[in-house]
Amino acid sequence: MESIKNKVAIVGMGCVKFGENFDKSIDDMMIDAVYEAYEDAGIGPKDIQAAWLGQLWGGHTGQILAAPLKLSYIPVTHTENACATGSEALRGACYAVAAGACDIALAVGVEKLKDTGYMGLPQTRPNATWSYRLSAMTPPAGFALMATRYFAKHGLDVEKGKQLLAKIAVKNHHNGSLNPKAHFQKKITLEMALRSPMVAYPLSLFDCCGVSDGAAAAIVVRADLAKTFRADPIYVKALQVCQGPREGFMNPSYDYAHVEETRRAGCAAYAEAGISAKDISVAEVHDCFTVTELTIMEDLQFSQIGHAAEDIDSGRYEINGGLPVNTDGGLKCFGHPIGATGLRMMYEVYKQLQDKAGDRQVKNPKIGLTHNQGGEPGAAVVSVAIVGNEK
Amino acid sequence: MSSRAGILSFGAHVPVHRLARAVIAQHWESNGPKGERAVANYDEDSLTMAVAAARNCLKRIAPKKIDALYFASTTPPYLEKQSAALIAAVLGFSEDTQTLDFGNTLRCGTGAFGAALNAINSGAGETVLVCAADMRVFRPKSHREMVCGDGAVAFLLGKEDVVAEVEWFDSYSDEIQDLWRADNERFIRTAEDRFVQEFGYSRVVRNAVCKSLKKRDQNPSQFTKICANFSDPRTIGKLFASLGFKPEEQMQNSLDQMVGDTGSAMSLMNAVGALEAGTPRQSILVTAYGNGCDAICIRATERISGFACDRKLGEQIEHKIQLNSYNKYLVWRDLIEVQAVPRPPLEERQPTPPAQWRETKGELALAGTRCLECRTPQYPPQRVCMVCKTKDKLESYGFSRKPATVFSFSHDYIMESLDTPTTTTVIDFEGGGRMICDMTDRKLEEVSVGMPVEMTFRKLCTVGGIHNYWWKCTPVRQDKQD
Repeated sequence: MESIKNKVAIVGMGCVKFGENFDKSIDDMMIDAVYEAYEDAGIGPKDIQAAWLGQLWGGHTGQILAAPLKLSYIPVTHTENACATGSEALRGACYAVAAGACDIALAVGVEKLKDTGYMGLPQTRPNATWSYRLSAMTPPAGFALMATRYFAKHGLDVEKGKQLLAKIAVKNHHNGSLNPKAHFQKKITLEMALRSPMVAYPLSLFDCCGVSDGAAAAIVVRADLAKTFRADPIYVKALQVCQGPREGFMNPSYDYAHVEETRRAGCAAYAEAGISAKDISVAEVHDCFTVTELTIMEDLQFSQIGHAAEDIDSGRYEINGGLPVNTDGGLKCFGHPIGATGLRMMYEVYKQLQDKAGDRQVKNPKIGLTHNQGGEPGAAVVSVAIVGNEK
Repeated sequence: MSSRAGILSFGAHVPVHRLARAVIAQHWESNGPKGERAVANYDEDSLTMAVAAARNCLKRIAPKKIDALYFASTTPPYLEKQSAALIAAVLGFSEDTQTLDFGNTLRCGTGAFGAALNAINSGAGETVLVCAADMRVFRPKSHREMVCGDGAVAFLLGKEDVVAEVEWFDSYSDEIQDLWRADNERFIRTAEDRFVQEFGYSRVVRNAVCKSLKKRDQNPSQFTKICANFSDPRTIGKLFASLGFKPEEQMQNSLDQMVGDTGSAMSLMNAVGALEAGTPRQSILVTAYGNGCDAICIRATERISGFACDRKLGEQIEHKIQLNSYNKYLVWRDLIEVQAVPRPPLEERQPTPPAQWRETKGELALAGTRCLECRTPQYPPQRVCMVCKTKDKLESYGFSRKPATVFSFSHDYIMESLDTPTTTTVIDFEGGGRMICDMTDRKLEEVSVGMPVEMTFRKLCTVGGIHNYWWKCTPVRQDKQD
């Protein structure tokens, strides 16, 4: 089996300001993100040979992208992998380039959630077998089940457990305060996090990410051509997706205190990139809820199982720590416009590896990781991408 | 083997929630009668309560075959579409079971009981399950809203090893406009109280009891208990006193103070209360009023002393969750419209009839599958084993009676629900199998990892006129093994 390592490079990226973009349509956001990427790569619309659009709600076919951007009768694929949709669009573009099907491809992720007027996401379950018989639990509840189990498994009472989670929220909101593209740019305190209203016990408001609109885009090219676009291309080292068979919902052997799909996607990505977890300089992970980030730290082997608390307490995951995580503020500050999130994560890692992250800049990073998760604990799809600034 | 049909088993269901009558009265700035009424949870209705009573009735006794299932209620979930067929499927009865709904009058419960006796005595069947349940909704601020309650009862009738014999069953008809609800109306209308009490209830029941006792040369002192139905205990007491009974000793008052008049289930629920005393050879007089009167004489056999149904009525009445809010009752019964949470509309969760049908065959009884190769129980039913990946070598495996424990839980404050927060759980069944489902009839503070739960059949939601019934877990209440 071959690896994607060093076959493809990202040479341009764009990302709009995420937030309650009531004044922008999905067309506006896609145009803004893609034209930023064009400019960043020094190319124009006529250079794009194929495109992938990641979007969960709001339409069919690649027309959604081709129409506003006036793409010229090229292949456009509309793709969906729940909350990991953005990463799926990037993967499609990278694979096409690696396969030699095209040399320059565009990946775009977009989602408009605020127009629905809903708290949280629209219905996340497809109208599939048995769906009407399942609990209508919301995503916060689905992840709260993992918090309850993590606390029980590692002997944390609810108060201690919630304090641990609150520290993650405080860190990510601090990072978001340094980011003009974040939806939420205010710092919070532990007390604010702990005092916030309950959403799905034991998760409170500040344990949950917001609901936002957003779009992000990437231009990927053959690695051997990358330097003709820019001096500092970012090389793709690994692109892994792990889709669980929903076994955790059915099999009592699942402990609900980790996400199996994250563990497996992480291992596969490290193997594909030929590195280990300790080689990662900066990581953007799927903190849809604080407890998700907590378990990701262990499942991606950043912390030992059951010991993430020690690394959180020591500041290891802060911008100046040993392994900065969610330097842009994460989903906690960007919200989670589904199709856009995976590419928004890559946008931050890309900027970090190019030393262009401003106040959030991590010192001399070499290898970055994005972790983008769809579904729920017990029934997830996880995408892990690894990129580097050296070939 | 008894020569005539009798009672093999019985069970009742009282919803766990109670609303003090004073709380209702206070809301309307008036005085209410003493006591409290049982309130079906927002996810209960006559059908789910009948299932609960039937499961209690059948827990200790598993007849090889049940020839018929009769369901009686004035408040069935569908006006067209049989409830008994659905209940039979939930209980896992075979397609050879005759199913029939009875309704329209408060004596439909005893009417079904009588029809079952006739079926057995005529040789048409050997065992018949009779369920009666009511969840009547009265106009807010009415007296009956306070004194009526929700509940269900089930009797398994047959000939072999009866715990009580049915000595006789009489039925009298009477045309009167005293309680009624037209086909397009939600609330029950009643004639003037005194008219209903004297010219309705008292006249008709007096006539029935006198005739039936006279016919057999029986007298009031031969009965240990009277099990009657009516929303006004004083009227019942006065009537039976006038007939020579001693109401203070003989009246079975299982429901008045703590449950209320449970409509078509009331007389038979009182009969369950009387039989639970476990006294052999006691005679019980059951009367059920409603456009006439049914009168039944039940005589407990020696077997009653060794018999205990699961979840005694008395224990269920004792075990309760106090509803301190009349508003909650109004919301649960859809009597006021409240602001919904900004979440996707329920329409998105509407089951389609083909999907319901396809996924119902044998599965309404909460069947999963067990792999014939690796023996792993799995829920929901699978074609490919989740462990050994064997295809199409799985057998049906029932989970509805399996004890389970809570592995994880959350209280979801933003899910659309008539009773926020919704408690969602991951439960693991004894012997294998895991299910993610909501927990009902729980107090928030009692929910914990590792708590024992059992399964209960409930209504998840109603969308597009389709009642979406499925299973939830509930804390294990009384489980006294005698």
